[in-house]
Amino acid sequence: MSKNTDLDGYDAKTRRMMKGMAAAENRALAARAEEECECKEGMFPSIGRRGFLAAAGAAGAAALVTRGANAAAPPGAMDYPVQKDPTSEQGRLTSADGGYGSRSQFESEVRWRFPTATKESSWTMVPLDKSQGIITPSGLHFERHHGGIPNIDPAKHTLIVHGMVNQARKYTMADLMRFPSISRQHFIECSGNGLTEWKKPYLKTVQGTHGLTSTSEWTGVPLSTILREVGVKDGAGWILAEGGDAAVMTRSVPLDKCWSDAMLAYAQNGEALRPEQGHPLRLLLPGYEGNTHIKWLRRIEVSDKPFMSREETSKYTDLLNGGKARQFSFTMEAKSVITYPSGEMKLPGAGFYELTGLAWSGRGKVRRVDISTDGGASWGLAQLQTPIQSICHTRFRFPWHWDGKPAILQSRCQDETGYTQPTIKQLVAVRGLDGHAKFGSIYHLNGIQSWGVDSDGSVKNVHKY
Amino acid sequence: MSTNIKKLTLGGCCVIALSLGIANAVEAGSNYGHKYGFGTPASAADISKIDIDVMPDGRGAPPGQGTYAEGKKVYAATCAACHGADMAKPVKGTGAAPLRGGRGTLTSGKPKKTVESYWPYASTLFDYTKRAMPFYEPGSMNDNDIYAVVAYILAEGGIISKDTVMNAKTLANVKMPNRNGFISDPRPDIFLYD
Ligand code: HEC
Repeated sequence: MSKNTDLDGYDAKTRRMMKGMAAAENRALAARAEEECECKEGMFPSIGRRGFLAAAGAAGAAALVTRGANAAAPPGAMDYPVQKDPTSEQGRLTSADGGYGSRSQFESEVRWRFPTATKESSWTMVPLDKSQGIITPSGLHFERHHGGIPNIDPAKHTLIVHGMVNQARKYTMADLMRFPSISRQHFIECSGNGLTEWKKPYLKTVQGTHGLTSTSEWTGVPLSTILREVGVKDGAGWILAEGGDAAVMTRSVPLDKCWSDAMLAYAQNGEALRPEQGHPLRLLLPGYEGNTHIKWLRRIEVSDKPFMSREETSKYTDLLNGGKARQFSFTMEAKSVITYPSGEMKLPGAGFYELTGLAWSGRGKVRRVDISTDGGASWGLAQLQTPIQSICHTRFRFPWHWDGKPAILQSRCQDETGYTQPTIKQLVAVRGLDGHAKFGSIYHLNGIQSWGVDSDGSVKNVHKY
Repeated sequence: MSTNIKKLTLGGCCVIALSLGIANAVEAGSNYGHKYGFGTPASAADISKIDIDVMPDGRGAPPGQGTYAEGKKVYAATCAACHGADMAKPVKGTGAAPLRGGRGTLTSGKPKKTVESYWPYASTLFDYTKRAMPFYEPGSMNDNDIYAVVAYILAEGGIISKDTVMNAKTLANVKMPNRNGFISDPRPDIFLYD
């Protein structure tokens, strides 16, 4: 699908970007092929290398065991000796991990990096094909950095809040942690998620097409608490949030959002933020595009007007047909995707499959998810995993009996406002890619994803409206 | 509270503990919502050390100035290695963007977004250069050099004349070609009903 003709209508920079992403995905797929069995059974969400090992019988198991013991452990894992029979000898010593556990060396999914020119300004995608439940493991949360990942000593980090306030104040991390805290589960999605998929199906896997969204439990101080502490002056309408990284990343945020559900987050999934996620402090703006959730937060300035930073003018604006660009397109609209089965998997044969995937909306709760297995001709209701949380990944499941004939799998979600996920074609009609190269924006794609299942069981990224 | 606990007898233990629980619940509620007063006042010096942003109307623009001629030198020494000698063609493999050209392409079907063609405010060029450029030495430039390189980039883009001296005032007065190119986000823009 990555032929150059597919890229007509994208600007030169986007074309380069897309080609690079396709190459990265291919490298990731090649690495996987090496590590997994030919029938791709390793692509099943519940069968990792360990599961396969159990299923493969004695001969296969022996081969994998040798490999597991000798190969370097995957990222995030330690290479421990593999026992022949764990029931006939003692296992490894308690706390041999030094007090912080790691994943099994048989689990190898990783995020892969989009090969931008520099490794400082780059991004990585989540392996959603293997995702379970709604929480993204902290080490697999997608990343977008514009100036690398700073290494900040929390004991020395401060947040200064100033501008149109009664008293400008400075907070250490210890100060911030003394305030009453809240924990909430929210997704963060980069508005560039799916940027390759506007015109033609381009990347092959759900990691490539949708891997810029993640959900964590975030803990921190409501920003409203801090605003009350400093006192906001009449006439204020915006804040500037600024990071302490090499990009000194800045975004303007409407004050109203700050008073409602914005959070100064210092913890993620029960521990301090990961450095890639802004350690020791990030802004969390539930439902807003990822770039606004400023990481390594060092400064908040209250103002009457937006600041017009580079990231809200040159970038993250949606140029429409006709030459005007939408600005401050904050909210990530309702979206869903089937993660299993998805691109590059292979179904072993006709029979029962539980389709599963994720749905989310920046405007609130997911109300329902419909599934089609015939390319949108008919739809059935998926089951939603409870509790359904606002502005949070919601796991859906749908029982499907595959008859072995070609099928097209789609999910469509509706959020509690009644907004229903559109097709990519409907988005294109409104936003201006008209098939004649009138194209200006790559952000905010929330169209319905289609996975084509061939009669041989192979699953491919397709467009079907 | 503590005196109550001291008076506890074994027999009365459960009853008193229960009433303590309720008292705590009431107290917890009333203890929220006050001013907490954590943190310290930020001094003018604390703020000015990191308050580097510049707004479209010139607020935040520091003292200092720079000319086209000075900017030409600054550009050659600190920017050209990545953004290219003529600003229109960045050097391959650097990840840098073109800063010039593309005017009139926004409706062409092949939009070329650059500082010249797309950016609505000149303040953003000063602000971004000061905070993030040059890429491997961000924050290393003095304000005069930044004013100068801004003057050079904008003049090369045909937006200001080569004899405009860039400073806080002239920066705010620059009228960028795409100043009126941005509109508010009306989304949702697609309405589907069952
Ligand atoms: C080492 C290479 C390098 C040097 C030197 C450099 N830049 Fe950059 N520049 C970059 C990169 C890389 C980006 C994109 C950053 C990102 O991905 O966020 C960039 C982006 C920019 C942008 C934003 C472009 C846009 O369309 O959004 C401007 C403006 C800019 N640079 C100006 C300058 C100026 C002025 C200088 C000299 C003072 C300079 N740069 C020096 C690499 C460089």
